[in-house]
Amino acid sequence: MNESHPAVEALGLCRRYGRSWALIDVDLAVPRGRSLLVAGRNGSGKSTLFRVLAGALKPDRGTYRICGHDGIAARQEARAAVGLLGHYSNTWDALSALQNLQVTARFAGKPAGRRDLMPLLEEVGLAERADSPITSFSAGMRKRIAFARVLLQAPRVVLLDEPYGQLDPPGFAFVDALVPRLTAQGCTVLMASHMLEKGAELCDEGLALERGRVIFRGAARDLPAAFAAHHAPVRRVGVAG
Amino acid sequence: MMRQLFAATHKDLLLSWRSRAQASAVVIFGATTLLLFSFAVGPNSAALRQNAGGFLWVALLLSSTLALAESYRAEIEQRALEGLLLLPASPRALYYGKALANWLQLLLVGIGLVPVMIVLYDPGSSNLLPLVGVLALGTAGLSAPGTLYAAMASQARAQQVLLPLLLFPLVVPVLLAAVKASSLLLLGDPMGQAGSWVLLLAAFNGVFWPLCGLLFGQVVEE
Repeated sequence: MNESHPAVEALGLCRRYGRSWALIDVDLAVPRGRSLLVAGRNGSGKSTLFRVLAGALKPDRGTYRICGHDGIAARQEARAAVGLLGHYSNTWDALSALQNLQVTARFAGKPAGRRDLMPLLEEVGLAERADSPITSFSAGMRKRIAFARVLLQAPRVVLLDEPYGQLDPPGFAFVDALVPRLTAQGCTVLMASHMLEKGAELCDEGLALERGRVIFRGAARDLPAAFAAHHAPVRRVGVAG
Repeated sequence: MMRQLFAATHKDLLLSWRSRAQASAVVIFGATTLLLFSFAVGPNSAALRQNAGGFLWVALLLSSTLALAESYRAEIEQRALEGLLLLPASPRALYYGKALANWLQLLLVGIGLVPVMIVLYDPGSSNLLPLVGVLALGTAGLSAPGTLYAAMASQARAQQVLLPLLLFPLVVPVLLAAVKASSLLLLGDPMGQAGSWVLLLAAFNGVFWPLCGLLFGQVVEE
């Protein structure tokens, strides 16, 4: 990785679905080892931004670089540097938790033995269910296996899209501990969440989106107040007479 | 590439094994189709014997659409295929892994249907080994474009309709050559014509296995 580049850099990113624009001229730069909280209402473009940065979607306009690799010209290199925890677990329901990780490990060129992968399942709290098929898992457990899958890849940039979703309180604690641990290891973490207070405690910087446009950029600790001010309910004042 | 090809083949064979009840249902569907042909033709044993090869391949073709569509269901439910592409896994390795697993599965379905065909149509049981060879080449010819088109259809809402619409016109040469070669092997081949039909099957595979591997990335990648 070229250390002079930000780990994640986007310039004028635009993406549309049909006629509807999901991202409009989004610029961002996140240095290595830092974390960014991405906030926004439902449909504001957070997941689209993450899917573009992970290489799942191509931007209609604009450019982005991951660890110095151009996301379009060097798509595979950029993808290799990113791990995305999205809305889907990217797993096969018919396979067990362990088998799912083994498949991922084989593709990623990592050791795929039971002994190699059990620590990871222990870390996400699924060691006892290692041999159970995913189809028997609750939504929270699926989320945990998705975490294990991302951690297995050991990416330099981690994109966490709604990491608290479906998790139980121990799961919240897991995410709370994970983000600082990853940044301490030099990973760059982008986290999209509606839990702004929690996110503001964990992340260094903040970015808020509204209808695909950036409406706030600054320190993560300032994001909840700025977001609340922007989305304060407008009171209609009746005029008598 | 080779490591990922082994990983993909292993994954798809494992998925096929874990969903073997569905594979059994595909064999039963094919056997039922063969039975229906015998009802449709009636008690004309000469006509049944004469068309045994054709009935076998039509039953196999219809069964193949079920097996091919099913092979992508597990990939789509939780976007597992997308997860592999983002690792990033080579689309070509993913294609060949799935195409090989589909081929093996279709070949086993074909081998499972042969005894049913023999019992129902009585075409004789000589040349069974060469018939398995024709089954191998013919099912490979169904699997190569079938795996590509099933990937395409899996992204559409009307996938059950779309897959046969895309696949059947393309595999007419496979069906023609496989029926001719199978019939000649079952009923006798005094002029030695079976070889040329087998050659056509081999040529089809020689074109479509590399071509579909090249195109797969365009189908599954945005």
